[in-house]
Amino acid sequence: MASVISMKRDAEPDAVRPGRDAKPKRRRPQLLPYLLLAPAFLLELLIHLGPMLIGVGMSFLKLTQFFIRNWSAAPGAGFDNYKLALEFDAPVGAALLHSFWITLGYTLLSVGLSWLIGTTAAVLMQSTFRGKGTLRAFFLVPYALPMYAAVITWSFMLQRDNGLVNHLLGTDLHLVGTGQDAPFWLIGGNSFYSLVLVSVWRSWPFAFLILMAGLQNIPMDLYEAASIDGASWMRQLRSVTLPLLQPVNQVLVLVLFLWTFNDFNTPYVLFGRSAPTQADLISIHIYQSSFITWNFGSGAAMSVLLLLFLLLVTAGYLLVNARRRKHV
Amino acid sequence: MALIATSAAACGSDDKKSTDAGASKTSGVTLKYWASNQGTSLDNDKETLTPELAKFTQQTGIKVELEVVGWPDLLNRILAATTSGQGPDVLNIGNTWSASLQATGAFLPFDDGNLAKVGGKDRFLGPSLAATGAAGQPPAAVPLYGNAYALYYNKKLFKAAGIDKPPATWTELVADGKKLTHGDQWGLTLQAGQVTENAHHASILGAQQGAELFDSAGKPHLSSPQEVAAVKQYVDLMAVDKIVNPSNAEYTDTAKSLKDMADGKAAMFMNQSSSGSFKLAGMNMDDLGVAPIPLPDPAPAGGRKVNSFVAGINLAVFKNSKNTDAALQLVKFLTSDEEQKVLNKTYGSLPTVTGAYSDPAFQDEATKVFQGVLSSTAEPMPQVPQESQYETAIGGALKSIFADAAAGKAITADAIKSKLDAADQQVAAAG
Repeated sequence: MASVISMKRDAEPDAVRPGRDAKPKRRRPQLLPYLLLAPAFLLELLIHLGPMLIGVGMSFLKLTQFFIRNWSAAPGAGFDNYKLALEFDAPVGAALLHSFWITLGYTLLSVGLSWLIGTTAAVLMQSTFRGKGTLRAFFLVPYALPMYAAVITWSFMLQRDNGLVNHLLGTDLHLVGTGQDAPFWLIGGNSFYSLVLVSVWRSWPFAFLILMAGLQNIPMDLYEAASIDGASWMRQLRSVTLPLLQPVNQVLVLVLFLWTFNDFNTPYVLFGRSAPTQADLISIHIYQSSFITWNFGSGAAMSVLLLLFLLLVTAGYLLVNARRRKHV
Repeated sequence: MALIATSAAACGSDDKKSTDAGASKTSGVTLKYWASNQGTSLDNDKETLTPELAKFTQQTGIKVELEVVGWPDLLNRILAATTSGQGPDVLNIGNTWSASLQATGAFLPFDDGNLAKVGGKDRFLGPSLAATGAAGQPPAAVPLYGNAYALYYNKKLFKAAGIDKPPATWTELVADGKKLTHGDQWGLTLQAGQVTENAHHASILGAQQGAELFDSAGKPHLSSPQEVAAVKQYVDLMAVDKIVNPSNAEYTDTAKSLKDMADGKAAMFMNQSSSGSFKLAGMNMDDLGVAPIPLPDPAPAGGRKVNSFVAGINLAVFKNSKNTDAALQLVKFLTSDEEQKVLNKTYGSLPTVTGAYSDPAFQDEATKVFQGVLSSTAEPMPQVPQESQYETAIGGALKSIFADAAAGKAITADAIKSKLDAADQQVAAAG
């Protein structure tokens, strides 16, 4: 994970250098480096771009079970698949839009909370105390656990009758009802919060890890200088720590956003192949409305829309950040 | 593709001239067979099938390469094989997929010629053969293992509640269920969070109420008054009659319901023949009784006397197979009276050929109940290409209605109708 940061840091000067160096040198273009890069480049195209383009192509076909045996026979759908997905008055479009809002809410909550908890923990772990290493390792456990095992455990804990959560909250703490009054966590409205909870539990250690690495790179002199100037701990956090973590945060938040928005595993393991309406994340929704129902063209169109949205968010985010950095 | 079709046709015409020549030609061929998971584990299936397939090799000289594919993977594997054209020669499919997979054109149609090669149409159990593809088209597969729904009940709990026989009508079911519900014991357990199970029950109860889910043109009618009544009747078990633990809305697999039965927390469970799984769940098998799923009383106008759908596994031949003749010989072998007896006995399923029922193994009380249901009061799931969309849409709708019921919301006919309307439009939009 630390490599993400070092890459980020190194990447900036590298990206600038060729532009500066190009003019004075003006050497003959060398073929060898490109030839050496070519196989990797071609494979990259094949592995990443190929399937993506096929997906885009699929979205313009009426690719149902009648044609999967012979794709070339599938009639063109024009923009029908997109129309179906974007017609928000009809059930298919309405369900997709609903799922989109749910996913957005889920992502904002999950990323926000993961970041907050990660930052708090990383800052608090700055000071030296006994057992720091153990605690740090302990914090990373959710991140290190195999995803399936962790989430299936949560699904057991969240069961209404025999789950640990209801036992703790109801029988032990009397915060919620017991027996037939016990709340459900895996169906109905609460399922959304269960999903956020499990997601935060899974992703905050990652934020913690990244931020902790980022903190190592802040020179101690700055804190010393701040102390001499009489800055309080809060003031140091606001004026030294957070601004210097900015580049790390920028990448972290983006990565967390993309991962969480696209998250398939957590809801799939927690709820099975049909998620409750209140927690119907978009990746599961697309899977449901294409793979399970054998309508691959429609699923591809929805995926392309998702891709466009995420591309837009990413581009906008990077643009705003780049501009802000220029102004600083 | 055209090439393969002609070569298959060529084989077919050769075979008509002389079956002996055909047999010798197929000798030495190796077939790939994908078997579905019928036993307690994939290994268990392998142990069951290997000696049987060895018999086939001995008889015909055709070798069989067996792979047992688990249920979570099977449909994905079939779709992938269909898309790529690279697949097994012979394979098992869930019979509800028949019409959907038939529409892909991936399977060799069992027209009269091909049916004759596996022993003829009349050998098969009528209802099972009806669940092999859309009406008016040659079957896409032949039935291999039969199954049906019935009502499992706990005899001990029934006795303790002073009930001397299983319910025969829906009114009796509810009345018995109320007597059996007390403390942490419930009258009935349902897999109310399971999409496929919900879809099955929606079809069975829908047929009882007289619902026609698809018209002859294949257009869905999921929100007919009859189907609304059927869904209400089913959900009311939890919402109104309160004989089902609301927790059942979370049950997404059979294991939890089986466990409730084994622990005496539920007295009744509507399920397919599953004595092996009951044993594994720790059920005292002496306490376990089986009866047909009750019918409504009085029968609703237009209602059909149906208490199961025709469940089971079908056997299909991949159209891209280069060894169609050998593949058909394997189909003939696996559906022979002898093999049907052996395999269905082991798996606890029902033979799909009438000739196998003479075996004493299929004469016990429980099997007779399932057999009676399968042969006389079972109706196939809608045999339309949108079958899998239908299961997803209606099963999902029921799951969310159950979630509302579990949360204590009143479930009105209007609320059900609006959910079924949405499901209806989803299926129509997909088709």
